[in-house]
Amino acid sequence: MGEDLTADLTWATSAEIAHAVGAGERSAIGVVDAALLRIAKLDPTLNAFTAVTAERARAKARSVDGARDKSTLPLAGVPFAVKNLFDVAGLATVAGSKINRARPKAERDSPLIERLEAAGAVLVGALNMGEYAYDFTGENVHDGPSRNPHDVTRMTGGSSGGSGGAVGGGLVPLALGSDANGSIRVPSSLCGIFGLKPTYGRLSRARSFPFVASLDHLGPFARSTLDLALSYDVMQGADADDAGCAQRGHEFATPELTRGLDGLRIAVAGGYFKKGAFPEALAALERVAKAAGARDEVEIPEAARARAAAYVITTTEGAALHLDRLRKQARDFDPAVRDRLLAGAMVPATLVDKAQIFRRWYRERLLDLFKTCDAILAPATPCTAPKIGQQTFTLDGVELPVRPNMGIYTQPISFIGLPVAAVPVPLSPLPIAVQIIAAPWREDVALRIAHALEQMGAVAAPKPNL
Amino acid sequence: MADPLDEFIAAAAAALQLPLEPNWQAAVKANLAVTLLHANFVADFALPDEAEPAPIYKA
Repeated sequence: MGEDLTADLTWATSAEIAHAVGAGERSAIGVVDAALLRIAKLDPTLNAFTAVTAERARAKARSVDGARDKSTLPLAGVPFAVKNLFDVAGLATVAGSKINRARPKAERDSPLIERLEAAGAVLVGALNMGEYAYDFTGENVHDGPSRNPHDVTRMTGGSSGGSGGAVGGGLVPLALGSDANGSIRVPSSLCGIFGLKPTYGRLSRARSFPFVASLDHLGPFARSTLDLALSYDVMQGADADDAGCAQRGHEFATPELTRGLDGLRIAVAGGYFKKGAFPEALAALERVAKAAGARDEVEIPEAARARAAAYVITTTEGAALHLDRLRKQARDFDPAVRDRLLAGAMVPATLVDKAQIFRRWYRERLLDLFKTCDAILAPATPCTAPKIGQQTFTLDGVELPVRPNMGIYTQPISFIGLPVAAVPVPLSPLPIAVQIIAAPWREDVALRIAHALEQMGAVAAPKPNL
Repeated sequence: MADPLDEFIAAAAAALQLPLEPNWQAAVKANLAVTLLHANFVADFALPDEAEPAPIYKA
């Protein structure tokens, strides 16, 4: 008897799918076909995908079904998709732009795709994103906006907007994105899913289109902590093709997940991280802090200045990356990105150097802070998802543009590369996430806390009505 | 009297061979003004002469 392709896999986790495929209860081809059907049905509304690699996915799924070791593959038959700045063999790496469509097709997948597929996962497509990742909204003038599965008139957040929409909407259980300033954590928050921004240098960025070399990270999105850990673990490992990738061996997080909160000192970020937050962001933080038993408040020193320095490094490194394209193809950029990059190209180098000097000072202060605690909780975004097209919001009594300011709480953290798990709090009507911030190389601590909170029911990815 | 930031943008665009169409000027200026605000906020933070930048080159 054939499989029932209509059986609801919409909300199955990667772990559940891999178990079913590994045990022979489901076929990978059946799982992948169901995902492709779901994408065909819902993507016209969500606009999460810019390319669907159906033929490749079916071939890969059949090879997983035929693999003798499929019961040992941690992601057997798990459909996943990647932000379209990852190289996918046979596709141009557009990075959300019009300009990059003229690039030759990639000849080889990104190493993170290769590592996920070696673990049995199946790539089903590439995902929408803000142009060149300079974005917190998920809007894109060339491909149209990614739409939030909980309210399709609202933003997904960006720049990994399609990643947020595809996982939050149940199109795939797993996606990859990038995060220089918050581009994994902001869509996780607005779409109500889990996201992991690992330590700077942990996961290889080879064969992905860059934005800010000093700050670029890659990482996974999922609907459970276990799925984050499973995918993160198989993507780890040194890579000589990325100059920023650390020479570290595997430090597996999955075996640590069930250790609970015992012995962990968890604090809440005060000061800057409570200023400007909407009531829903503070309510989510309070709920998570209570469940985690986090009573102490810590002050992250000079967080506002850290955010300012990240802003300066981002705009100037971004401008350097795109200088030649600005000179020759300025009209082909999204105007909002172009005007920021043109300004970035004009910032004196003296001020950039000051930001990099401050960065080292700030890093040392935060490492001191982690001598007194194991993790710090902070809001991921100041508010739930704004309406698509909304230009401004009011933070702490000041009207500010949405696009650069959704990341006010994420930027001071990625600025020094700390690992963060973004965990969704299913508030009504819209979810919002909290950041669990750990010391460098302690993704296991952030994920262990996330898992404990999930087991308590304090955090969860809410299923949208689509 | 001309705004010095307008003059700076015009001169920088010319010196750096950056195109700057008239209807882009206001947005570029707004972005540069915010960036300089952030940059000067950072630069105002006193650190010792010996403070090293975050990226350190290793041969």
